Amino acid sequence: MNKSFKLSSEQFKTVFAGLSEHYCIVGPKRFAGLGRFSDTDLIRYAPLTSIDELELAEKSCFSPKDLVFPPDETLFYFNGQQFSEAALPDNLEIIVLLRPCDINGIDRLDRMFMKNADVIDPYYQRRRSRLHFFMIECRESFENCFCVSMNANRSDNYAAALRFGKDGVEAEVASDKFLETFAVNGSVFEFKPEFVSENQIKVELPKVETMPPEIFTDKLWEEYDSRCISCGRCNTSCVTCSCFTTRDLFYGDSRTCGERRRVWDGCHLDGFCDMAGGHTFRKNKGERMRFKTFHKIYDYRKRFGVDMCVGCGRCDDVCPEYISFSNCINKLSARLKEGAE
Amino acid sequence: MSLDLNRKKVTKNAYRITKRRNYTALRVRVPGGHLNAAQLSIIAGLAETFGDGTLHVTARQGFEIPNIPFERMSEVNAALKPLLAELQLRHGVQIDNIDAGYPGAGMRNISACVGNRICPFANADTTALAQRLEGMLYPNDLHVKIAVTGCPNDCVKVHLQDFGIVAICEPEYHYDDCIGCEACVKACERKVTGALTMQNGKVYRDERRCIGCGECVLSCPTAAWTRRPGRLYRVLIMGRTGKRNPRLAMPFLDRVSEDVVCQLIKNTLPYAERHRLKCIPKEHIGYIVDRTGLDVFKEEALTGIEFNPGARIAKTIQWPGYNTLNDANFKLISK
Repeated sequence: MNKSFKLSSEQFKTVFAGLSEHYCIVGPKRFAGLGRFSDTDLIRYAPLTSIDELELAEKSCFSPKDLVFPPDETLFYFNGQQFSEAALPDNLEIIVLLRPCDINGIDRLDRMFMKNADVIDPYYQRRRSRLHFFMIECRESFENCFCVSMNANRSDNYAAALRFGKDGVEAEVASDKFLETFAVNGSVFEFKPEFVSENQIKVELPKVETMPPEIFTDKLWEEYDSRCISCGRCNTSCVTCSCFTTRDLFYGDSRTCGERRRVWDGCHLDGFCDMAGGHTFRKNKGERMRFKTFHKIYDYRKRFGVDMCVGCGRCDDVCPEYISFSNCINKLSARLKEGAE
Repeated sequence: MSLDLNRKKVTKNAYRITKRRNYTALRVRVPGGHLNAAQLSIIAGLAETFGDGTLHVTARQGFEIPNIPFERMSEVNAALKPLLAELQLRHGVQIDNIDAGYPGAGMRNISACVGNRICPFANADTTALAQRLEGMLYPNDLHVKIAVTGCPNDCVKVHLQDFGIVAICEPEYHYDDCIGCEACVKACERKVTGALTMQNGKVYRDERRCIGCGECVLSCPTAAWTRRPGRLYRVLIMGRTGKRNPRLAMPFLDRVSEDVVCQLIKNTLPYAERHRLKCIPKEHIGYIVDRTGLDVFKEEALTGIEFNPGARIAKTIQWPGYNTLNDANFKLISK
């Protein structure tokens, strides 16, 4: 059976409406006037009531990772005697419209939460298992993208791949689950998604195998001591940052009743590595930059065989101090070469 | 031939008397303090062609072109035409004769900070509001000073104006997006009024302390704070410099819409005309309010205004300032 189709805009609207009856459809959406600066827009992942709400022209400020790893999630409730796990607010399955870098980003999260030393995080898994990827074909980079260098520009991990054109949508449907609705509404057509093959920004990755320990204390990191303001935007906008802290909160004046939540944390934020007794690792911002860099392109690869960073470039988009992560990686590689000579 | 000028007419036409006999200086209005390079070239051309080639940038963001011979006023007015068309007519100013130069000089240039076209802190396009006000209020002969600033930092110093308009925002909190990083709490504590506190890992905003500056929105790394759509302003009134009683403008209306701001100032013009002292040429608006009292001002200036929900008004106002007559505090330290 043929699995690719062409649909007019109207036909795709019918598909969208049909799917909306059974799924929550989520995609990058523009919120007018809610940007950081006045009269600017915020683009973030949110439920779409119509395909017209899908924002394709600009990169989203935040990634779709909230869907599997919300900023603030209640894990369980306790009352002094027992605890009960928090249920998800609904059982809706979710179709998420996202680009290949973000599909790869969620793959990086999967490894952290579900494939890390055989421990499966149940809170992550229950959200992850209800996601269906509808890949937005991405043939042109946005500003600051370096997915090609990170080998995250391609993906075949999708239920459907969609090319949005002026007159309609071309689709390849990989999952039988969605085949019928596309087949009924569209006409048969040859379509295979293409991928961006070159970004303006290119990153040279250092070799994991030959990372000299001296680089950890290299003065390369010192410039970030004064440049970074530890606002944490690089962490919160990143699709692969998966650090969290847990917080117990008590209801009213109760000493026994309350709930435990897990809340996003980030290695650039103050307090991230504060310990009981007041000890703190990585007090300097440069050390935090080093920690993040190595996590994204060194130790994660050693553990999982792929780099954590997918090159979406959101950290570069949002840094108020114009710190560029892609530049940082290149600086690191250059420094390593210098040292080798 | 000797000059025979109708001085009052000439002054209204934006030409002032200067120290140098037979020479004047032209005051060019630049509402909102923003203009394009071509307009700036026209102004430069006026100085080169009719003046001595120099320009003064005024405190109110206009230009004063000195050393223009009075006898060349009609030529200057003709050359002013494209400037009037762009900076006044375009914003809705009614001018009967576009060839005759500026039709009034009482209300001073409406100044504005750089606003949200450029500044990340600004809550509004201050230039656009200044231009809207220009279209609505100019020309008039009353001595009124107006300025618009984009946030409570007040870079344009609206605290020294008769009407100081401060663009503010109403921060909205998205509980689920907040990660409790405290960036907003620290920003508010360090830079503003300490209106935010942490409670159970989340942020609580004391509405009575919040001045609507938007620092929380700027500092939040998860967009858990956003500005509520729609423009809001705080209006400070009757601040002034001057030789008798310099004082700071004080908050009069808070969390009001742009329409309310415009209507308030529009209503003030007939109020001032009704109550001004006719024995002096241009009584400063603040002194009129001193004489009538705030209640009369309130009653007349607020006539017919439809307030937006959430609008607030000051119950009373005491203006901080000093009387220049008070010499008792001085002692001689050098003979």
